[in-house]
Amino acid sequence: MAQSFDRQKAKPHIAEEWVGKIVTLLCIALLIITIFSIVYFVASKGLSTFFKNNVNPIDLLTGLKWSPEGEPPFFGALPFIFGSFSTSILAALIAAPLGFCASVFMVEISPKFGRRYLQPVIELLAGIPSVVYGFVGLSVIVPFFRDVFPGQGIGIAAGALVLSIMILPTITTIATDALAALPKGLKEGSYALGSTRWQTIYRIVLPTTLPSLMTGIVLGIARAFGEALAVQMVIGNAPHIPRSLFESASTLTSAITLSMGNTAMGSLANNALWSLALILMLMTFVFVFIVRFLEGRSKL
Amino acid sequence: MKAKTADKIATAVIIAVSGLIVLVLAGLLGYILIRGVGHISFDFLTSPPETIRIGGGIGPQLFNSIFLLVLTMIITIPIGLGAGIYMSEYAPANRITNFIRLIVEVLSSVPSIIVGLFGLLVLVNMFNFGFSLFSGALALTVFNLPLMVRITEQGLKGVPREQKEASLALGLTKWKTITSVMLPISMPVVLTGTILAAGRVFGEAAALLFTAGMSSPRLDFTNWNPLSPFSPLNPFRPAETLAVHIWKINSEGLAPDASQIAAGASAVLVITVLLFNFGARWLGRYMYRKFTAIK
Amino acid sequence: MKKTVMLLMLLTVMVALAACGQNNNGNNAASSNAGSSEPASSEPASSEPATSDLSGSFLASGSSALQPLVDQVSKKFMDANKGVSIQVQAGGSGTGLTQVSEGQSQIGNSDVFAEEKLDADKAAELVDHQVAIVGMAAVVNPEVTVDNLTKQQLIDIFTGKVTNWKDVGGNDQKIQIVNRPSSSGTRATFEKYALGQKSEDLQGSIQEDASGTVKKLVGETPGAIGYLALSYLDDSIKTVKYEGIEATVDNIANGTYPVWAYEHMYTKGEPDAAVKAFLDYMVSDEVQNADVVELGYIPASKMQVKRDAAGNITK
Repeated sequence: MAQSFDRQKAKPHIAEEWVGKIVTLLCIALLIITIFSIVYFVASKGLSTFFKNNVNPIDLLTGLKWSPEGEPPFFGALPFIFGSFSTSILAALIAAPLGFCASVFMVEISPKFGRRYLQPVIELLAGIPSVVYGFVGLSVIVPFFRDVFPGQGIGIAAGALVLSIMILPTITTIATDALAALPKGLKEGSYALGSTRWQTIYRIVLPTTLPSLMTGIVLGIARAFGEALAVQMVIGNAPHIPRSLFESASTLTSAITLSMGNTAMGSLANNALWSLALILMLMTFVFVFIVRFLEGRSKL
Repeated sequence: MKAKTADKIATAVIIAVSGLIVLVLAGLLGYILIRGVGHISFDFLTSPPETIRIGGGIGPQLFNSIFLLVLTMIITIPIGLGAGIYMSEYAPANRITNFIRLIVEVLSSVPSIIVGLFGLLVLVNMFNFGFSLFSGALALTVFNLPLMVRITEQGLKGVPREQKEASLALGLTKWKTITSVMLPISMPVVLTGTILAAGRVFGEAAALLFTAGMSSPRLDFTNWNPLSPFSPLNPFRPAETLAVHIWKINSEGLAPDASQIAAGASAVLVITVLLFNFGARWLGRYMYRKFTAIK
Repeated sequence: MKKTVMLLMLLTVMVALAACGQNNNGNNAASSNAGSSEPASSEPASSEPATSDLSGSFLASGSSALQPLVDQVSKKFMDANKGVSIQVQAGGSGTGLTQVSEGQSQIGNSDVFAEEKLDADKAAELVDHQVAIVGMAAVVNPEVTVDNLTKQQLIDIFTGKVTNWKDVGGNDQKIQIVNRPSSSGTRATFEKYALGQKSEDLQGSIQEDASGTVKKLVGETPGAIGYLALSYLDDSIKTVKYEGIEATVDNIANGTYPVWAYEHMYTKGEPDAAVKAFLDYMVSDEVQNADVVELGYIPASKMQVKRDAAGNITK
């Protein structure tokens, strides 16, 4: 009697437990299905350039001439790949020292002022929409560069500068977390030995947190690599490898946004754009793996 | 002595750089607000845009942005919470879980333009949702989900172990423990994160260009039947959001006051994002205080 | 638990909304089908918006250059026909042609002939409705002293043979080209009718798809040259003559100025009643002489010359 009562009582609980488990599992399953379908669809469209239209993938990756509507058409995406890498790496080179300084300020120099003012400022930078960055870039940075440097103002330098502000929050946040997580003993030991703050920072803090800092930088590059609208507005979009930082250039994302709506789905020119998207996606995966690798090292 | 000089110089440089960052933001905000605020008026916020005449507003766009945000959050929050709960509480510690974690990470770093293209191909063309709010909301869900999962996980990890164990020891099932003990405690973290994620939705444009479209049909604000194509509530109508509108006006605007409208709309967008940020901060602090005061 | 219930409810509402929306689409399709079985439009090419017994719902998608016109006219049409609902979407000419060809939209707006974007067999299924003409002109930075450029000079500039304004009669200043991406319909038109050949994607040239950005860059950049639709011309840039002919509505209409293109609205096969009524309204005098002119296009009725997809002109 008592046993069966127990079982009856227990059943709804167990049922609830299972429902909970299954519902949450379904949620995660949905997430997994989503990512796999993104990969599948982008890949199937991107690869059709090679299989259906018989474009040689080596030509696509190394060719210098991009004219999908030309006679005969050329599909050399190297200028875009070059543009994407140069803008995002340059942006990281500008943003990394700034972000590192900001995080040192927040953790080591003046935590109170830093937490109170600098951190909200940096988070706000992360919140500003990319179209607004593009708008400001086109109306402030481009005219400024045009006046100061030879060239038309647009180009990789303008793109990199806009991107560097956009990725500053990513780099700073991760650097700050890494610095704050450093065991106190390490720093105190260094101070006890009579080191100055700067000696402590670049002899102790910097080497031990380097993998984490690199993680932040790679994540920043990944974000810059995928940013589309802000870059497209200031880079000029000529499908060539530029001869200077102030000459019109293109990135993978700017080429896609520029022509996607103008080409008919399924046409050769359209498929070629999907191939660019595929390259973009594969690069994202590479960045994620680099980040994983770095994170693995920072745990040691 | 030399070391001390180096220390002083380094400190000065670091402070200067930090100051520079603050200045850059101040300049950026100042530029946008000074150029735009003058153009903001009640009329500007409520009237529909004009194609070639002066005096267009951003009313429908503002509404679209907010409605799209609501739609996105309605889809994102339950799925994100569920997936986050699974990852933090149910997932066994094995290779598959590690793999799922990797996948979530990958999804979070997929560029928004790829998500937009995927939306164009699958949602707009294959499922035939057309350029619509619904397609836009689903596309935005795709790149907000990983964020939501991470936030939920973080929130649940922050719950003191004693509280969780006490609940389990009282004989509550794991599910019950999660929903009635752990979720409420992690609420401040989850809520703050959610609001920040919402701010991202508000500013997104690249993914929406290809999914929610660049046009806004005439809306009849007296028609609240979600099935009517003129109703603001119909999720299957094309909807240009504020961010997309700024993009379009900057590039295609024919109206003589296009640049003022772009500046005004940018200012509105930035002010909204600021409100989200401060709101999230304030709410987080308020809830933290409330919870800690009770306990 | 309460929260779960709430979430579930929200989800249900979502699903319901989704289902309703689907339903709605289904109905639309059904009603437009029903429409097409009727004898097409009882009042042939009436200039008045047809009487309000018309019903149906359809989608016009495509060219962002044509979108403002279609959008504005569709609003007027819907005011007169309460039973009709028209959605206008901008996504680019290519997208519009794809969508109408695959049946996702009923009207595909395009800046170019369908033959130029789609495969021949797909383009053959589409019916062309030319609703307006858009003229284009070469524009330069206001400080450039050149007023007139011949066809050969333009070719030399856009293929990179001439890189300095002094070679075409201007001051000693470097020419900065502001071109369009190779997929652009505007560029295709300009190349075909102004240059007569393809232009090059030159090193250092700027490429922008959007007319507003082109205008801004040409206006701000010293020595810049680009091309714009007539509706975008204003004082911030300087319009140059082509072979000594000014880009005016009259010159285009009588065929002396050759750089213009049709704005097309494509349907797949013959349109049903509601779509046909809308397209008829589009080419009616009421629209052609008002909205078309107001938005800077040239009315199709005004044209004294005609042109086919291959570019052959007939008087």
